[in-house]
Amino acid sequence: MRIEFTINGHPVNMEIDPSARLLDILRENLDLTGTKEGCGEGECGACSVLLDGALVNSCLVPAFQVDSRSVETIEGLRETEIGKALIDAFCESGAIQCGFCSPGFIVASTALLRSNPEPTESEIRAALSGNLCRCTGYTKIIEAVLLASKKIKEKR
Amino acid sequence: MPDFKSVGKSVNKIDSLSLATGEEKFADDFRLESPLYLALLYSPHAHAKIKNINISKAEKTEGVAGVYYFGNTPQELHTTAGQGFPEPSPYDTRIFDKRVRFVGDRVAMVAADSIEIAREALKRIEVEYEILEPLFDPERAMETEAPKLHSDEAYAPIPVTYDPSKNLAAEVEMQFGDLEKGFEESDFVIEHTYKTQYASHCAIEPHTAVARIDERGRLIIITATQVPFHARRIVSRTLGIPTGKIRVIKPRIGGGFGGKQEVFLEQLVALVTWETKRPSKIVLSRKEVFVNSRTRHPMRVRLKTGVKNDGTITALELDALMNTGAYGSHALTVMSNAGAKVLPLFNKIPNMRFIGRTVYTNFPVGGAYRGYGATQSYFGFCQQIDIIARKTGRDVLEYYKKWTIKEGETSDVFRALGEGKEGVAQVIKSCKLDECIDRGAEAIGWYEKRGKRIRNGDRVKGMGVACCMQGSGIPKIDMGAASMKMNEDGSFNLYVGATDLGTGSDTILAQIAAEVLSVPVEKFIVLSSDTDLTPFDVGAYASSTTYISGQAVRKCAEKIKAQITAVAAEMLDADEDDLYIENGNVICDKTGDSLSFDDICYRALYSENQFQIQAEASHFATESPPPFIAQFAEVEVDTKTGRVEVIQFVSAVDCGQAINPKLAEGQVEGAVVNGISYALWEKYIFNEKGEMTNPNFGDYKIFTAADLPKMKTIIVGSFEESGPFGAKSVGEIAINGPMPAIANAIYDAVGVRMFEAPFTPERVFERMKKADR
Repeated sequence: MRIEFTINGHPVNMEIDPSARLLDILRENLDLTGTKEGCGEGECGACSVLLDGALVNSCLVPAFQVDSRSVETIEGLRETEIGKALIDAFCESGAIQCGFCSPGFIVASTALLRSNPEPTESEIRAALSGNLCRCTGYTKIIEAVLLASKKIKEKR
Repeated sequence: MPDFKSVGKSVNKIDSLSLATGEEKFADDFRLESPLYLALLYSPHAHAKIKNINISKAEKTEGVAGVYYFGNTPQELHTTAGQGFPEPSPYDTRIFDKRVRFVGDRVAMVAADSIEIAREALKRIEVEYEILEPLFDPERAMETEAPKLHSDEAYAPIPVTYDPSKNLAAEVEMQFGDLEKGFEESDFVIEHTYKTQYASHCAIEPHTAVARIDERGRLIIITATQVPFHARRIVSRTLGIPTGKIRVIKPRIGGGFGGKQEVFLEQLVALVTWETKRPSKIVLSRKEVFVNSRTRHPMRVRLKTGVKNDGTITALELDALMNTGAYGSHALTVMSNAGAKVLPLFNKIPNMRFIGRTVYTNFPVGGAYRGYGATQSYFGFCQQIDIIARKTGRDVLEYYKKWTIKEGETSDVFRALGEGKEGVAQVIKSCKLDECIDRGAEAIGWYEKRGKRIRNGDRVKGMGVACCMQGSGIPKIDMGAASMKMNEDGSFNLYVGATDLGTGSDTILAQIAAEVLSVPVEKFIVLSSDTDLTPFDVGAYASSTTYISGQAVRKCAEKIKAQITAVAAEMLDADEDDLYIENGNVICDKTGDSLSFDDICYRALYSENQFQIQAEASHFATESPPPFIAQFAEVEVDTKTGRVEVIQFVSAVDCGQAINPKLAEGQVEGAVVNGISYALWEKYIFNEKGEMTNPNFGDYKIFTAADLPKMKTIIVGSFEESGPFGAKSVGEIAINGPMPAIANAIYDAVGVRMFEAPFTPERVFERMKKADR
């Protein structure tokens, strides 16, 4: 089947396998490998993307469902103001160890900072509870989101 | 403390930016030209013989390139444990076997044009099993009438106790002093049994391997491994492909924690690609990671201590039984570490016996897991210490301070327990455990809250502690090597065999080189773990990278420095002794003349007496200095439900000089959260058939950001003279304390001992109910 949607602001029109997941077409057809598969069952958040601005696990979204909608991945978000601030803060805070879960965390944190530019620590914890990280113990990830929020505010 | 320029600085991890943006490549991110996808058929039975297997329907399926099983694959016995050679783990595994030994053991594999076709073809493989009696109880494993998992073909490649006729995968024994006399001299004896459970590493990247043939017919394997050189060797030996024909590349790795110290997928992609000459790829599903990869070995530890009324321990006996599941991966060395990384801590006990047995059962396979036996053993050990301190009326912190090993002291255990052979005697040169205890206690408010049972409705607070040690590499066994060359702009290519699996070792190794050469970290282009390009390294395990590979990098950088100085001396017509290096320049002390590294490199490459400024160095250690840690937990126990919440967790660690404090903290924090999650939640649930029923993150819950306690990590500085710039290890140690510290805190709150983990509400509630009666 054929679908049309925007990916990181660019329109695409492509033929897809009706059983394909959004994650599959991102990684395999569009070569957007920043989105990772950690569990394939919507539990780990490594495949987080934004669908019409809402945070979703792309492993749970059938590809045909994105028809005429807008998808944002790490490859697009890394060019945005919030995305850049988060990436810098993650690096500076030591929030990245293996980095496999990091794009997903940055996508989820972007969704948070867009709707809530100055989240409290407990709001950050709640917003990131759908993303698993086994390396960092989360402390530095939470610090990084706080730092990004602060830096964005200072800049504005 | 010496004055460092790069060491001790929290520089950003050199790959952090490209990881955060998603640009770095993991094993599954490489494009392959029409690859074959591999899918595995697993046994539905815990123990069975394959009577008949018919692969013809699967083979004839369109899009299938090959079906593999015991009948058409090499039958070389080997171990999948990625260890040094010969491995201290038994050779009891075949790529595919005629017999299956757990629900999830491999039966066959399909290679096909798509993963869907491969999975579909799996269903067309017809297997007739002869069901055998399974063995599920490790305590029964050595009984005469127990089912035997392995025939006498299986063997240990090194001279150690191994007896498949008793399901005995390994046995470790050590004794000194006179145990009987020690118990006689005691005023009372405390004896308890402690049990730890199966666990999954839960690296977020699943195990992944891909292979292709290059232009000259060589086999290229890109794999998520902690042990690229061992992977090359094991693939070569199991498939009979010459080492020189194999190149193993480690890309970015999405966490390992020991799980990727196992070589069990590389053979599969190698087999298919070598035979078909087509690229191939295998990515495990999360379920496969849980069931079919490797796990933390469950352990039963019986601890018997003879104690005098003044708290002196006159005798200690530790009897451990470890369940290795169907295969003996790391069966000996994890067991050995349950003694070797624990008992030296209390080095004043005069009479001691350690007996550890590892047995086979028809359950999933154990393997290396951060903490490596020490975690299992400390669970009992640090509770026993808490019990003794309470019983003799001692403050447990003072008790630890009085009886633990100190600088200048040794322990007979170091000499007695090694990895598959005798250990290495060593004297402790750096130990700041007392300071760790003091600073941790202050940070958590120990004396204000311990023993106070502060109530908050139905919830009661408690405080517990655990003090632990680990090692830094395996002495006289582990080796790491590095090479380096200089470029015209004063940058350096640093090639290390060491395997950064997300820990940040590429960064701290660059910091070590930067310290020697007095240039910024950015001057180093680090390439790690490519068997064609980098020198050898055993890989990332045993807390060895900073201490061993780091020392190789330091030595290598020293050689480069000598070459730079020699060229500069020629150029300046000066005496080498008058020259020193600073900020990328060589300066003459006498004249003040200076030369930039650029000038020196241009001269060496192009002008006179031309040569490449380059060097290599290897390092192995003759000792394994332990890092030390004091870990404190404050919990709140709900007396109505048994629910335990960790509200505060403090770790104070002596890891020598932290090369990068931020990354060292990260190692501690990650290990602590894994440890707390293991203590409270994580467990494998098996049905009566021996099948794991919760192999997903929905049913096997691990901690998320929402579940965290308030955390604090204190890096207590010390200087280990045998390590690079004073460093010891930090990767594993912090996973040991959470479980016993939380158990001790639960006791402090509600007066019940948790002898078995995890501390689920049901279990804690049961214990409280029993205590009430």
